[in-house]
Amino acid sequence: MSTNPAGRPGATARHDDERLVARLRRGDAEAFATLVDRHSSPMVRVARAYVPTQAAAEEVVQETWIAVMRGIDRFEGRAALKTWLFRILTNVAMRAGARERRSVPFSALAEAEDTGPSVDPDRFLPADHALFPGHWAIMPTRWPTPEEGLLAGETREVIAAAMAELPVAQRTVIGLRDVEGWSAEEVCAALEISAGNQRILLHRARSRVRSAIEAYYGAVEEIDYGAVTRELMGDTPEKETDSER
Amino acid sequence: MTDEPRNPQADDLACREAVELMADFVEGALPAPEARRLERHLESCPGCSEYLEQVRALAGSLGGLPKHSLPAEMRDGLIAAFREFHRG
Repeated sequence: MSTNPAGRPGATARHDDERLVARLRRGDAEAFATLVDRHSSPMVRVARAYVPTQAAAEEVVQETWIAVMRGIDRFEGRAALKTWLFRILTNVAMRAGARERRSVPFSALAEAEDTGPSVDPDRFLPADHALFPGHWAIMPTRWPTPEEGLLAGETREVIAAAMAELPVAQRTVIGLRDVEGWSAEEVCAALEISAGNQRILLHRARSRVRSAIEAYYGAVEEIDYGAVTRELMGDTPEKETDSER
Repeated sequence: MTDEPRNPQADDLACREAVELMADFVEGALPAPEARRLERHLESCPGCSEYLEQVRALAGSLGGLPKHSLPAEMRDGLIAAFREFHRG
């Protein structure tokens, strides 16, 4: 579904929304089921940022659908239907969060999580290193990539576990962008965060999951500083380099 | 191009800084001069190239993770409630 950065629908999306909303107003249960099946997964992800358990997040989504069912006549089409749905969801989730004494606006969570480096600073040489300040001290470890992709083997469990352990704002953003396939604009509109904030959270999240996969594929490789320094300086004999290619 | 120096000092970007620029780079939001600076760095730095490739491979594969679905009773209950609401 295409929405512009302000969450206003483009022509095609607006047409789809209008048809769907007309069916909902007529009481077309199939249209309602389509909507529930299409949006409940990202809704649970967003709700989970406000309430402490998966079950509580599902209840928030349930309550949201009931509010949508009762309030569809109030949808005016100024925003995309999806944007409207997620506004209702956020309100319901905030109220539920307040009951659990956990109500923090998403933007506050997001700001709290977007400090600090993406990669452990110990992975780099110190800033005052004579030759290569801030260069990788321990290079990213290569991991085998099965033809079927990263989710084919045991890595799948590693990735799922690492995702579950992410700080909540990062987990929500990576879930919406990479698992649900939302655009950056859609995420910013639904979570009411800035584009810059969204990019940082996404990068932090991907970096952490990447590290978890790297850790799974064995101890981070210690490098031979002497050899790496010589190679970086271009001191490797040409013949050897050629024969390796 | 064979005598192109492979020394990372050939560009003015430290890897530690490069990995942070990648947040905007992968989203196409890095201003052109900064993007060129990072691209030059990536050409001479196998560590950062590998890092970027891994992040992209990861991002591209997560779509295969399962979506959340509402418990079946909850979903069916909602649709029944919708029918009921429009009947009444």
